[in-house]
Amino acid sequence: MDLLTPHLLSIGPLLTLVAVALLVLLLESIITKSEPVSFWTSVAGLLVSIGIAVPGIAVHGSAFGGMLRTGGSANYFSIIFFICALLTIVFSRDYLKKRDSVFGEFYLLILFATVGMVLMAAAADLIIVFLGIELMSICLYVLAGFIRGSVLSNESSLKYFLLGAFATGFLLYGIALLYGSTGSTSITFLTEHFETYASSRLFLAGIGLLIVGLAFKIGAVPFHMWVPDVYQGAPTPVSGFMATGAKAAAFSIIIGLFAQRFVHGVQIGTLLAILAAASMILGNVVAIAQTNVKRMLAYSSIAHAGYMLTGLAAGNAYGRDGILFYLLAYAFMNLGAFGLISFMEQEGEKHLTFDDYAGLGTTKPFLAVLMSVFMFSLAGIPPFAGFFGKYYIFVGAVQADMTWLAIVGVLMSVVSVFYYLRLVMVMYFQDTLIGQTASYSASSAAFVVLAALILLGLGVFPSSLLAIITTLY
Amino acid sequence: MIPLEYYLSLSAVLFATGVIGVLTRRNAIIVFMSIELMLNAVNLSLVAFSQYLGSTTGQVLVFFVMAVAAAESAIGLAIIIALFRNKQTLNIDELNLLKW
Repeated sequence: MDLLTPHLLSIGPLLTLVAVALLVLLLESIITKSEPVSFWTSVAGLLVSIGIAVPGIAVHGSAFGGMLRTGGSANYFSIIFFICALLTIVFSRDYLKKRDSVFGEFYLLILFATVGMVLMAAAADLIIVFLGIELMSICLYVLAGFIRGSVLSNESSLKYFLLGAFATGFLLYGIALLYGSTGSTSITFLTEHFETYASSRLFLAGIGLLIVGLAFKIGAVPFHMWVPDVYQGAPTPVSGFMATGAKAAAFSIIIGLFAQRFVHGVQIGTLLAILAAASMILGNVVAIAQTNVKRMLAYSSIAHAGYMLTGLAAGNAYGRDGILFYLLAYAFMNLGAFGLISFMEQEGEKHLTFDDYAGLGTTKPFLAVLMSVFMFSLAGIPPFAGFFGKYYIFVGAVQADMTWLAIVGVLMSVVSVFYYLRLVMVMYFQDTLIGQTASYSASSAAFVVLAALILLGLGVFPSSLLAIITTLY
Repeated sequence: MIPLEYYLSLSAVLFATGVIGVLTRRNAIIVFMSIELMLNAVNLSLVAFSQYLGSTTGQVLVFFVMAVAAAESAIGLAIIIALFRNKQTLNIDELNLLKW
């Protein structure tokens, strides 16, 4: 066996996805009316990639001279990204038909963004981190502006692009300073020698800039300004993809950097705790004032970034496992909610306010029940998976003597119940004002039901997933 | 030989100029140029560090940064054109459809 083969085999899921993406690219250029072919190729390719990634979870290793981590957490995150991409592609087909923008390039961009995310989760070197982030972001800039005729979509895309590129500048400066102060860009090297360099100002400045860049990507306060505008203006399934996949990808880097050793530096733990508390408070309080459902979910995603940062600030295994559990649960509940909103949305960003959902419980009981499941799960009400994610994270915070942070988190979860359940209340206890139409295909409906069932399953049997998560690092 | 600090100071000044440009200018293209200035300031740091440490990693990273920046400009200008077709303005203060 030659030297290269074991390396290639160990990054099987990534290679499969790249092959599928390139195949779709080829199909797009040689077949006329290629959209259905691209759609089914993408769906099949993602399912195969999930199948290849699952057995690799039990293996731990690294490939290509320590540039990539393989197996374990990298595969776990890959599976989250594949699921996000799969749900987004299925939901977006109905949505794009409504908006007269059914082009196969959409699936292609989702696939390449997913390749970027997988690179981020597998990165063991800051160069790969940079490349992964950029591959993902560049695809997402285009996806946000995919409805070319809509000014809202254009505006969202430009805002995302300018602020995203701005954040990349900080991230890159951080990487440069870390390289300058340690002479290495290897994440393994940096985490192992953190204490040695902790007194160097150049090194700490580099860590600080890196945190700024990543906080932009997860949308944590005070770097959250772009989140509501971009999520509201982008095509609805894309907003869901950004809120789940892109956020999980940025968290995979933060966990790789900080959850191992870095947090032992007390200052960084405190810094993350402050970011977490600010995100939870601002996200939840401002979400109350929203009338647009997409914008409400955007603020709620800021709050969720805060919950997950809480687990990171705790700096123990409980908090870290809590984040991993929560990211998977969050992918299902948030994509499910965005999917349902995309069913309801009508031509020209209409039917997106709370009032448009009035009486949905009687006119469209099927959609209303599913929406209620996702809202209950987002609010963290048992027996849905959202509850256990939050539970593990807050237990981690209490164990790390950050009880104040756990209290802020619990209080803010109570605040969040108000606006999530307001949607449920509007659906069941208000009369319909206008005729509601919802358009969706059978496959989309099946995937939404599946997401809801998985949330219920994870909520009833959380320990089965947690047993896998504890072996990841 | 010029000491490392000179390069780093120049790079920091250029980076700060870029940041100030992004925060104060209102034309989308000027904002974008300021972002490019930030990236190139970082490139200067990387090359200086690379020379100082006697390692090539920094220079390799600079090539990646330049390639990515080129891809980013292509996308960025395309987005700006798409917006201009619908709205006939590049002033980012007039991009105010999305707010609460």
